[in-house]
Amino acid sequence: MNFDPRYSTRNFTSVGTRPIRPDGVDKVTGRARYGADFNMAGQLVGRVLRSPHAHAVIRKIDTSKAEKLTGVKAVITAADLPDLTDGDAAMYDILDNCMARKTAFYDGHAVAAVAAVDARTARQALKLIEVDYEVLPHVTDVDEAMKHSAPVLNDTIFTEGLEEKPAKPSNVTKRSQYGHGDVHEGFAQADYIVERSYRTEQTHQGYIEPHACVASVSSDGTADLWVCTQGHFVYRQHCAQLLGMDVSKLRVTSSEIGGGFGGKTHVWAEPVALALSRKAGRPVKLVMTREEVFRASGPTSATSIDVRIGARKDGTIAAAEATLRYSCGPYAGMWAELGAMTAFACYKLENVKTVGYEVLVNRPKTAAYRAPSAPMAAFAVESAVDELAKEVGMDPVEFRIRNAAQEGTRSSYGPVYGPIGIGPTLEAAKNHPHMKAPLGKNQGRGMACGFWFNFGGQTCTDLNIGMDGSVSLAVGTVDVGGSRASLSLVAAEELGIAYEQVKAVVADTSSLGYNDMTDGSRGTFSSSMATISAARNAIKILRERAAQTWDIPVDDVVWEKGHAIAKGDKYGNLAALSLKEIAAASGKTGGPIAGHSELVADGAGVSFATHICDIEVDPETGATRVVRYTVVQDAGKAVHPTYVEGQYQGGAAQGIGWALNEEYIYGKDGRLQNPGFLDYRIPVCSDLPMIDTQILEIPNPNHPYGVRGVGETSIVPPLAAIANAVSNAAGVRMTHIPMSPPRILAAIEAEQAG
Amino acid sequence: MRYIRPHSLEEAAGLLAGSTGTAAILAGGSDLLVRMKGGFIEPDLIVDIKAIDGLGEIRETAEGFSIGAAVPCALMGESAALKREWPGVVEAARLIGSKQVQGRCTIVGNLCNASPAADSVPALVAAGARALIIGPGGRRTIPVEAVPTAPGKTSLAKGEIIEAILLDRRAPRSGDAYLRFIPRTEMDIAVVSAGVNLTLDEQGAVESARVAVGAAAPTVLLVEEAAEVLIGSKLDDATLERLAKVCSGACRPIDDKRGTVEFRRKVAGVLARRAATTAYARAGGK
Repeated sequence: MNFDPRYSTRNFTSVGTRPIRPDGVDKVTGRARYGADFNMAGQLVGRVLRSPHAHAVIRKIDTSKAEKLTGVKAVITAADLPDLTDGDAAMYDILDNCMARKTAFYDGHAVAAVAAVDARTARQALKLIEVDYEVLPHVTDVDEAMKHSAPVLNDTIFTEGLEEKPAKPSNVTKRSQYGHGDVHEGFAQADYIVERSYRTEQTHQGYIEPHACVASVSSDGTADLWVCTQGHFVYRQHCAQLLGMDVSKLRVTSSEIGGGFGGKTHVWAEPVALALSRKAGRPVKLVMTREEVFRASGPTSATSIDVRIGARKDGTIAAAEATLRYSCGPYAGMWAELGAMTAFACYKLENVKTVGYEVLVNRPKTAAYRAPSAPMAAFAVESAVDELAKEVGMDPVEFRIRNAAQEGTRSSYGPVYGPIGIGPTLEAAKNHPHMKAPLGKNQGRGMACGFWFNFGGQTCTDLNIGMDGSVSLAVGTVDVGGSRASLSLVAAEELGIAYEQVKAVVADTSSLGYNDMTDGSRGTFSSSMATISAARNAIKILRERAAQTWDIPVDDVVWEKGHAIAKGDKYGNLAALSLKEIAAASGKTGGPIAGHSELVADGAGVSFATHICDIEVDPETGATRVVRYTVVQDAGKAVHPTYVEGQYQGGAAQGIGWALNEEYIYGKDGRLQNPGFLDYRIPVCSDLPMIDTQILEIPNPNHPYGVRGVGETSIVPPLAAIANAVSNAAGVRMTHIPMSPPRILAAIEAEQAG
Repeated sequence: MRYIRPHSLEEAAGLLAGSTGTAAILAGGSDLLVRMKGGFIEPDLIVDIKAIDGLGEIRETAEGFSIGAAVPCALMGESAALKREWPGVVEAARLIGSKQVQGRCTIVGNLCNASPAADSVPALVAAGARALIIGPGGRRTIPVEAVPTAPGKTSLAKGEIIEAILLDRRAPRSGDAYLRFIPRTEMDIAVVSAGVNLTLDEQGAVESARVAVGAAAPTVLLVEEAAEVLIGSKLDDATLERLAKVCSGACRPIDDKRGTVEFRRKVAGVLARRAATTAYARAGGK
């Protein structure tokens, strides 16, 4: 199929309106089915036994007592998930994370699992499993883990990316470097230099819905999995590979999703549930508790970052440099690398260098979290940029405008930018009424910018036209933020029919070709491209059917406003045929009418945002209050503006929590101290002000409607924007996230003590 | 596990006294059910006291108020008389958990859970509240500060139940206040807290005072030295600074996931100063 994805200007009818989402009523009435809402007759309850140690060799596991307990139908250990990864190191890590093979690498690492007739029996069975551990020294801190004296998690790891292979193994899996120019020369030209070190603590995505699935393996080797996920095709791929199945024999159906934010792009419990079901011969339901979610799933990296930026007197940045150390949990990742790539992406720089170190620690495997790695890098860089602007004597917004990247700028991570939104978001922020609003006592204002790449990827969509003229749209990207509404708008737009005539569903893995998961802000970007393509394919058939009905050449039939129209004077008397009329006759004109599309959605346009916030700090307690918050972001084209605004607000809300209170707290014993929402403090409603949004639309040249991904960029600036505001309010530079009240008060008191 | 819902206090006390294994009293359940769900306890006997006559009532007596052991904190906020006389106690009770939790939780449960961070306890201690206890030996009354002895531990003997919390009728020119520090706006547990209760003389000087600090030691602290600082003053700046200093000094806090020693010390003083100012205003001081 010849599909031209290039942008062209058009007048939209449906796109840009704000109808009610098709999944809305079921969600507000409680009818919608989430992961734990699925049940099967005869299903068992699965539970996982987890390591209480941060680092320990598993000498022996004795499951015999548990197996003898009445009501227990299966007990599994790593032995029941044999290594079928065939040298695929990344898959081996996934396998080892799902069920520890030789070593428990963190507090909460799965070591065994049971399936029993009820939860009580399953819990009792866990207590009967005897694990003989040899406890090893552990390390949870990212800087400590890099020291020569630190316990080494994996002695087969020799740092990659160095000029010479190191002589000894270490916890640093990889060094990566980005940039161009010569920073030494650049700093020599600088009149002002700011140099600081920053830390951010580990956070969890904090999705309200815990991981949940039901696995049912039949005795013929085929299987079904119902699961809460951001990517059922990827889950199918991973589970099939780990269990030695053909992908076509495992059907995965995704549930509604109560938040994922990147955390539901990785399998954790699903291969375990399938292995339990295979062994027990019955369906197994496995729902993680909140404590398990915190201890064993999710989190983002803890980081330690050094930044050095120099500017000339005229306010241009002469050189910029950053060293970024990101924790990966016990397995290699590319988290620091993403930080190194994104750190200076907002700016036009002659001389820039970033170096990233991936660091293994005894914490859960780091998972993607909304624009993974970018918020921490932005916190460090945008904090330093704010200080540098002050040194130069420029307004922080003006300073950023002076140095902003633009079309044709070579980005700090390599590619040359096309049309981008950083300059426009800064100009919009500068002119926003928020910037001129008076501040109260103990209040400070901060602003910051953020960047995210966005992603496209493999996408497959079916569009079926019913004989009544209504349209079913089957997509393969899980709807995490209103994409079914957006994609229905796109189908309606392209076909020229009403939004209400389209019903979008997320199809299961046996009903549609492969789709990458909903990550990289790709859901609406890539599936709208595939929907447009599928709709255009359907329109071609609609035109053919009309041509057949009229007995004229198809090239003389055009599609306009939901109708086939015979073009030109010679067919002047032919009444236009509506989609509904063509559909009604389809049984006699060649059968069902459908449009299919499979494509790789290239050209996801990069995305930029600028955030402004006002924070009040109680100088006697370090308490903070978010007084006002404004998000300005480029959407390319906002398909459903309400849900674009929702993404902007959601990212800001998560960023506020991260900036102010959220953190993993480990004890000296390497155990997580706060695996629950009481002491892992995400914001409650009353912690947040109304978050104001402003959508800019700088079309993405690589999408027919100009759409860019919008889901992730909004979490990139908040850490920095809030840190700048708190620093301005408190009169002391905050360099450690979260800026919890004890940290703020300690900083104020240290400043007062001189 | 046995669940019993007796209709009299005597029956409840008898069940508890005669129990073998672990027994728990269920009122609102906002601590008990959470601990059971988390797998921390599995009681052999649960005695639900909500069906006992009168336990769900706030009664006004000649001496003052009697707040039954099954009175949800939300109900305290609906008692105009209690709010008028003991606004600090009511505001403390109304800070526990969330609105939904307050529909279930009780101040007696909050007291018997024996957490040093319990919100209602510093306010009750400052108020000079007493616990009316029924048990195998009959009835007795003790000051609330004598109930918790250590985190999670109380002085109650086997078979004893707190029937009600007793608060005195107010002298003229009295006021109380409670403040806690949490990093969020609600749905949280005090990092440190302070309750202040004052009565002024006719000239507006403090005649009597009680100051309590929470989450700063294994049990809630009654800081007598702080009361002495306040007595005779009109809460001038120097007095308030001394109050803060004394309260900070009285703290014996720990470093934990909710806060540091330094933070708790400093903020205990700040909160005591602020609570005293509010209590003073409520007492009519100017």
